[in-house]
Amino acid sequence: MSKKLALAVLAAFSATAFADINVGVSVSATGPAASLGIPEKNTIALLPASIGGEKVNYIVLDDATDPTAATKNIKKLIAENKVDVVIGSTTTPNSLAMMDVAVDNETPLISMAGSAIVVEPMDAKRKWVFKTAQNDAHMATAIVQHMTDKNVRTVAFIGFADAYGEGWFKEFAKIAEARKLKIVASERYQRNDTSVTGQILKIIAAKPDAVLVGGAGTPAVLPQKSLKEKGFKGLIYQTHGVANNDFLRVGGKDVEGAFLPVGPMVVAAQLPADNPVRKSALEYVGKYEAAHGKGSVSSFGGHAWDAGVLLGNAIPVALKKAKPGTVEFRRALRDAIEASKDLPAAHGIFNMSANDHQGFDQRARVMAVIENNTWKLVK
Amino acid sequence: MDLQILLLLGQDGITNGAIYALLALALVLVFAVTRVIFIPQGEFVAYGALTLAALQAGKVPGTIWLLVALGATIAVLDGFRLLREKRYAKLPPLLIFNVGLPLLAAAGLFALPAGDLPLWLQVTITMLVVVPLGPMIYRLAFQPLASAPVLVLLIVSVAVHVAMIGLGLLFFGAEGSRTPPFTEISFELAGAPLQGQTVLVVVASAALIIGLYFFFERTIYGKALRATAMNRTGARLMGIPPALAGKLCLTLAAAIGVFSGILIAPITTIYYDSGFLIGLKGFVGAIIGGLASYPVAALGAILVGLLESFSSFYASAFKEVIVFTLIIPVLLWRSLTSRHVEEEEE
Repeated sequence: MSKKLALAVLAAFSATAFADINVGVSVSATGPAASLGIPEKNTIALLPASIGGEKVNYIVLDDATDPTAATKNIKKLIAENKVDVVIGSTTTPNSLAMMDVAVDNETPLISMAGSAIVVEPMDAKRKWVFKTAQNDAHMATAIVQHMTDKNVRTVAFIGFADAYGEGWFKEFAKIAEARKLKIVASERYQRNDTSVTGQILKIIAAKPDAVLVGGAGTPAVLPQKSLKEKGFKGLIYQTHGVANNDFLRVGGKDVEGAFLPVGPMVVAAQLPADNPVRKSALEYVGKYEAAHGKGSVSSFGGHAWDAGVLLGNAIPVALKKAKPGTVEFRRALRDAIEASKDLPAAHGIFNMSANDHQGFDQRARVMAVIENNTWKLVK
Repeated sequence: MDLQILLLLGQDGITNGAIYALLALALVLVFAVTRVIFIPQGEFVAYGALTLAALQAGKVPGTIWLLVALGATIAVLDGFRLLREKRYAKLPPLLIFNVGLPLLAAAGLFALPAGDLPLWLQVTITMLVVVPLGPMIYRLAFQPLASAPVLVLLIVSVAVHVAMIGLGLLFFGAEGSRTPPFTEISFELAGAPLQGQTVLVVVASAALIIGLYFFFERTIYGKALRATAMNRTGARLMGIPPALAGKLCLTLAAAIGVFSGILIAPITTIYYDSGFLIGLKGFVGAIIGGLASYPVAALGAILVGLLESFSSFYASAFKEVIVFTLIIPVLLWRSLTSRHVEEEEE
């Protein structure tokens, strides 16, 4: 009798162990990056419950925007939940911290962070890491392109005094220099600052044609508001880090007229009908808004959705080679993700290769302008 | 640097400094009366600003649930004690203040179209919802440990701060809010534009400071607080209950915090965790006053505001470093000029 029972238990156990695909997720749903992590977390709930005929379990953990917690999360996901792939995390430092654990266990990692250093330069470690968010360089090129089209000669930069601001300044300065744009001032401020008057006065004294605000989310409102208050008449650029509705809500009429590069998803409904990203982007926007209300969708959730798109494409291929829960499956999955070709996602078209684990091209960004408190596609 | 920039920076520094000064006064007050270094002071700024913003957006602010929950907890704790001691007469007021009024306020918020009310009424509702959290937190977190060493009180204070930050994220979400300005007027002062809102902050802060002065000098409650600050045991012997003094001073501190939050909400975006940094700068001011002198603390806070504004012009990347490094020479000067007093034991 007991033997029979043990066998039944074993059978049941092995059935779940072999049939289900376990996807571990670590997002920054609290802490400084919470406004990015929360839509990502909401999006995970919209991902398909079965792929290639197999049930998919998503195990979602919060890393509180803390690299140590992110490392703990991925260790737990691998050791306790036996995950086949990990999606995470929201920020660059967290993704870098998770990378080592993922590589040691030969588990593919799909990051949603912005900085290119997550997947570049390609080496033995980054072989296991993929990234769904556009590299900052993609976006900075779009800004510089737009500036030169508008005959901007001198530009000032004001950004966060952290990795985000520094990263943007480096990328931007590199590309701007190549295009003969002169950077006349470079200032920093804190996300929580109550005033940027000093920095803005210094920028205005340098008389730039345009100002780029290197901030993410609602804290990026303050420099633009101060610029307008102090009578700045030039062009104002924001980064794609502000592309959520809270920015419009807090900014109100102070952020009118700002130019920014965004993933096509943000202005999906305004894209021309022949745009290759339009259909896949609208699919995500429709699903998210059905669950969370009209106008609730933000650019960041799209990165989580795109991680799901990569998996939806790669898992059926990997299933032909091995059973989930084995190292062979994880290896096959990694190879299948790397082989993603012409795969339309919410933010662009993935064309992965052994050297490019981001996979987007210029179709993954458009310039938008804030008009009447909404994002308008610049044609 | 020309005169105009100098004026603008000075104006900016004094506006922020006025807010820091209010918080510095609240910190000195709480420390003098209860020996608590009140780290959650800044959270009241954020709670006040965000509750007002939620009201204006026509939403029911999450702080009301905190009020109901804290009130219910106090009612249960104190209710049991009163029942055991058979002091039934005290039960009705306890229940009315801690359960009845918060529930009434919650019902009122659901019934009223908060978004359409005039601004002054929204401000009043914000004060009514957030300020009672002060004495309630004192009752739950600090009163049971009222005679513990300063270090224990500081640790509890940190715990309250962390709890309030977490609840703030839950109530208001990760993104910030800004409220519309109280006044759109702006005028010119020696060639530099001056926003009406800025003047309002400075004038309101000054008025509040003067009001506090009269409260402490002329009213019986103010005098009771001063007496407790000077000598806790002596004040108790004179019939001033330490619990009353503690609750009263936390009510004041919460009111000052909420008031500051309402004042700066139109100037800058406030996040659930903005309060800590603002409170910390007030704390630097309070340290300059040795956590004892009100005028020196207020002046110190204005100095912090000015220093912040000028360093953001000259070296924006190092602004916070410069502001917080100010503490070191101040502490050095303080410890060299004043005699160290051992903490009194009660």
